[in-house]
Amino acid sequence: MRLGVTLASLFAVSVAGAATAQTELSLWYHGAGSANAEEALVNQLVEEFNASQSDWKVLIETFPQLAYNDAVGAAALAGELPDILDVDGPVMPNWAWANYMQPLGIDEAKLEGYLPGPIGRWNGEVYSVGLWDAAVALTTRRSTLEKYDIRVPTLDAPWSLEEFNSALETISASGDFEYPLDLGMAWKGEWYPYAFSPLLQSFGGDIVDRTTYQTAEGVLNGDAALAFGEWWQGLFANNYVPGTSQDAADRETGLLEGQYAMSWNGNWAALPVVEAFGDDALFLPAPDFGNGSTIGAASWQFGVSATSEHPEGARAFIEFALQDKWFTAFSDGTGLIPVTATAAADTANYAPGGPLEVFYDLSEAQALVRPVTPGYIVQAKVFEKALSDIANGADVADTLDAAVDEINEDIESNSGYGH
Amino acid sequence: MASKLTRSDRAGWLMALPGAGLIATFIILPFFLAFAFSLTNQRLASPNPTEYVGFENYRDLLGLSIFTLEPERNEAGDVLVDDDGQIEYPRLRKFTRNNPDYPKLQGKREWFSWQSGENRTVVLASDVVFMKALVNTITFVLVVAPVQAGLALVLALLINQKLRGISLFRAVYFMPVVVSIVVVSILWQFIYSPGDGLLNNVLSGLTFGAFQPRDWLGETSTALGAIIAMSVWQGVGFHMVIWLSGLQTISPTLYEAAEIEGSSKWQVFRYVTWPGLRNTAILILIVITMQAFALFAQIDVMTQGGPLDSTQVLVFQAVERGYGKQDISGGSTISVILFVIVLCISLLQRWLTRERN
Repeated sequence: MRLGVTLASLFAVSVAGAATAQTELSLWYHGAGSANAEEALVNQLVEEFNASQSDWKVLIETFPQLAYNDAVGAAALAGELPDILDVDGPVMPNWAWANYMQPLGIDEAKLEGYLPGPIGRWNGEVYSVGLWDAAVALTTRRSTLEKYDIRVPTLDAPWSLEEFNSALETISASGDFEYPLDLGMAWKGEWYPYAFSPLLQSFGGDIVDRTTYQTAEGVLNGDAALAFGEWWQGLFANNYVPGTSQDAADRETGLLEGQYAMSWNGNWAALPVVEAFGDDALFLPAPDFGNGSTIGAASWQFGVSATSEHPEGARAFIEFALQDKWFTAFSDGTGLIPVTATAAADTANYAPGGPLEVFYDLSEAQALVRPVTPGYIVQAKVFEKALSDIANGADVADTLDAAVDEINEDIESNSGYGH
Repeated sequence: MASKLTRSDRAGWLMALPGAGLIATFIILPFFLAFAFSLTNQRLASPNPTEYVGFENYRDLLGLSIFTLEPERNEAGDVLVDDDGQIEYPRLRKFTRNNPDYPKLQGKREWFSWQSGENRTVVLASDVVFMKALVNTITFVLVVAPVQAGLALVLALLINQKLRGISLFRAVYFMPVVVSIVVVSILWQFIYSPGDGLLNNVLSGLTFGAFQPRDWLGETSTALGAIIAMSVWQGVGFHMVIWLSGLQTISPTLYEAAEIEGSSKWQVFRYVTWPGLRNTAILILIVITMQAFALFAQIDVMTQGGPLDSTQVLVFQAVERGYGKQDISGGSTISVILFVIVLCISLLQRWLTRERN
């Protein structure tokens, strides 16, 4: 009896407490235990937002990245999604289509001057916005290129296919390096479509036909894709790059230790290179294989869940986050690319003359988001397997045909994914 | 006359309820759900309604065709031969892709083929990856079950002696079992690392540099073998303990009697130890078979089914499709097929090892 009274009074206190205080909003974040300052900055962002106004109180819950997407899927099935979701750019269309998310509903004028990657659009509406973007570059040393008399490419004049091939051949023939190029084959999963599908696009192919998103026929197994596949297989057959069984530790340190002459790597790995090589470090644009040079875009972004009871609160939080000072803070803390030029000017690395400035230009000039379709999740897996198999010597045409069939069957069994 | 305990049914059921309830909720119900899902197009996340599709998922996995390729001929009807002297054939994709004359081959891929005279006979499968996974899984079981059971028995016989410090050996052999399989897999990845990995180093040291380093997990010829070796190493301690418990139930008087009769060591093993281990052997064989069919973590960590599907296995494919590709129905179908296979094999093992009167 006494226990009941105590519980009741406790309950009354907590209800009364909630009535006068801010309304609670839940936020799920994917970066638990992240190595850099990202997690701390997200926490700081939440704290400052909670202190800045009296209507809303964001409660953050963090997940390890590997379990995050599964947790969101499970929560959606159970109807327990948080108000604010953290979502990886290419996955967003799937979540929007599956009714995990609702349109953000913020004024698009506020997104003026943003890099294209951090804005997540699906069916003509903005669903998510990121506070940073990432870019990939051919990382190498000026002295290496000079030693072999290789032209240093620029954003306006990247290497052509022939130049790139002959550079690989020259460096390989010198025998000075274990491999002339490191593609990061040790990083399974999303790295493959993120880092390598732009190379396919530069050849003139793609993962899926972006005009309709209903088929991959002729795009992933057309002439351009076959040319890409043969070239890709050649990289491994000629021992220009380490294969799919590359040691993850070699991926991290191979360039720094002189095992590899060049490395196809992201801006998040650029600071150690600058520290090691100083002015000698070079971040080069992707070669132009005939159809322009492209790199991937879009990183993690924030959006509002479909079941949120307070979308206006969630929106207020995201709008609060979309300030140059946060872009600057995240960039300084994590080495990622700030999403506006004004924010970039204030950062340590992306300011004019900063060591990573080139990545902002790369992102601005060449970024192409991965296929914007709910089927991307499956297509990414199929693409990854096709590239691994071709690297390991599978027949190019048959492998790409099989990939096309699998993608098309998946699109069909999902009734076209709502395009 | 029945005692009060055996008559009070209600109390008995009540006591069984927690266990039975848990088993029903987490083992029996999911199994029936998997069977139901395998007859639909259920997705992990989709706004589209689930539809009943009959046995289409099974057809998509198990479909097979045999097709005979005739060689390319020139206008005179002679067989064309390429520079290496190999007979040239038309590409299969001419027949399997959008060819209205061969509707049965649509979307199928070559699984394997053989030469018969001038023609090449090709076996095509609707789902080559699944077929390879099936073959790899069965290979894995066929190798692991006898090797792991045999090795465990040898270890058990070795440590079933009264020697100083024998418990140290028991602990050492048992150690891999208590380490998480994920950790073991990552460690073995270092061991198998190409170039200057531990295994390559040891082998080239033992052969005074004659051994050429191999990419153990990166070559189709060695990847499955490498997985088998580490799996046996990891699991052998557990079955050693079961053998050991079996060995210790054999009465010492039997050994004493054998000694008095003057039997050799082999005779003791053959006529005393082995018959005494009969039930243990049945248990171990069934347990290893089931565990081997469930192979997943090593593949997931070490190879992801590669290179070229040489380490694809059924459970990895079920998870990859169900969660990775959000195709719950496809994953469920593989699970049901796996269940039927394991059930058949267990029944067969029970029948083969039955008590004969």
